[in-house]
Amino acid sequence: MTIQELIKMINISGGSSEHDHIMHGKEITEKEIKQYNFLNLGPTHPATHGIFQNVLKMDGEIIVDAEPTIGYIHRAFEKLAEHRPFYQIPTITDRLNYCSAPINNIGWHLTVEKLLKIETPKRVDYLRVIIMELARIADHIVCNSVIAVDTGALTGFLYVFQWREKIYEIYEQICGARLTTNIGRIGGFERDFSENVFLNINSFLKEFPKVLSEFEKLVMRNRIFMDRTIDVGKITPERALEYSFSGPNLRAAGVDYDVRVMSPYCSYEDFDFKIPVGTAGDSYDRFCVRQEEMWQSLSIIQQAVQNMPQGSYHADVPEFYLPPKEEVYGSMEGLIWHFKIVMGEIDVPKGQVYHSVEGGNGELGFYLVSDGGRQPYRLHFRRPSFIYYQAYPEMIVGSMLSDAILTMSSMNVIAGELDA
Amino acid sequence: MQRVVKVTNDYIAEAILQKFPESIRSIEESYATLDIVVAKEKIIEIITWFKTHEVLQFNFLTSLCGVHFPDKKDEELSVVYHMHSFINNIRLRIHVFLPISLPEIPTLTGVFAGANWMERETFEFYGVKFDGHPDLRIILNEESMTYHPLRKEYPLIDDSRTDKDDKYFGR
Repeated sequence: MTIQELIKMINISGGSSEHDHIMHGKEITEKEIKQYNFLNLGPTHPATHGIFQNVLKMDGEIIVDAEPTIGYIHRAFEKLAEHRPFYQIPTITDRLNYCSAPINNIGWHLTVEKLLKIETPKRVDYLRVIIMELARIADHIVCNSVIAVDTGALTGFLYVFQWREKIYEIYEQICGARLTTNIGRIGGFERDFSENVFLNINSFLKEFPKVLSEFEKLVMRNRIFMDRTIDVGKITPERALEYSFSGPNLRAAGVDYDVRVMSPYCSYEDFDFKIPVGTAGDSYDRFCVRQEEMWQSLSIIQQAVQNMPQGSYHADVPEFYLPPKEEVYGSMEGLIWHFKIVMGEIDVPKGQVYHSVEGGNGELGFYLVSDGGRQPYRLHFRRPSFIYYQAYPEMIVGSMLSDAILTMSSMNVIAGELDA
Repeated sequence: MQRVVKVTNDYIAEAILQKFPESIRSIEESYATLDIVVAKEKIIEIITWFKTHEVLQFNFLTSLCGVHFPDKKDEELSVVYHMHSFINNIRLRIHVFLPISLPEIPTLTGVFAGANWMERETFEFYGVKFDGHPDLRIILNEESMTYHPLRKEYPLIDDSRTDKDDKYFGR
């Protein structure tokens, strides 16, 4: 198959509608059309793992210019959040980065707890850490195995995906849901972890390292994989900082910024873990950073399970934490609190807080402006994918089309988080 | 030998008041973060100063977003910049208030490349016009949208729509 045929195949939108001739808001001139090929990569293309459109201006197979179009699954979360009470917002956050929904949920709970100045018991923190690190592993195995798929190695993807299922089974036993978890409550968890959850976590800790190292052996030092990823989609640490990169993408460029260490939340200061950093900022380094982060996450979970403190699984905040049903049906006080929480009779302090957690993709921040009502006056999500995806054109210009696909998957752009 | 300074909120407040005494509207501290309200004319200069200051080094633009306060006369819209200094590990919030009749503010894209899409999003949601922005277009919604949906006057559900019949759901 010639390159022209391949490009025709990818150019699924046909090339005749008016949108194909606009780039950066400007009409593409006749001269440019004669000189270059314009290619619509996406919005629904199997290689882009989500709904992303990129108009690529190509000279042969070399990308000269690119323009991403985003917003295909924009659901106005920030507007929605202004019309929901605090305890109904976790379901919105689920749908941001749906590969690691529990981190988003817990990030939101932590933000509200910061506003309300709620101190959570140590046990809550440790349970949350376990969940968040499991979510990080789930996030990174998807990303890394998909990078491998894009270089032609499908086996590893199918193999490790079974282990994402195991993580989802653990979520399911904790909160009843698998993908959009809505895990936890303001102040803690709705119920304590059962025996079975800990058994499953322990068996995961025992068996997953074998799988992960097998995957690593398959891919990490594989000649084809290395040739395809090294020096692909490079970004310097200076540019990465200019673009407000965060998370594994920033660390792959060599900047050791991790929210868990810089502004510890949820007792992360109790744990001993390393922050892996890359040197080149290319796709291979991003892969390696994520790979090492999974090992670190396993070690964090191990520490949390071993040192699990005794105590309550929720903070003692009757104003915001729903009482158990026996109390609601059996006591006056329980019934009153239940009514007040559900009907929104409780005042919250006025003020503004910013809280961030280290999400799967980087610093996931919540800027909450409260006017004292039961709903946020304004809630802004700092979505790492949205912020670093704007560097994508700069990272792929001068490289080939196949490298562009790989760069996108190694950046781990999640459509839900990108579009909010 | 370089003198090591412990950068605290008080230190920042003192430094900024010394440098830009007439451009600072107010400085407050809430939840251990400094809220600085500045005049919009000086915003780029102030952020550049924070970024390049040899001690403070606010090298990271965490986020940029808008807020709408319909009740504040001539200060209806605000743009909020979250900055972070990795070296000192301290965060900072800068607010600028704009009248809704003339929501114009210089762009930050020359200082932080990452401000580009954040400003486009703020323009789309609140109609804040960032002067000098290289490509100020709507980013998330469809391009023909003429209003700014996160302003408070727009309800969550558009009553004029007829394709959403919720009568079976009790609404």
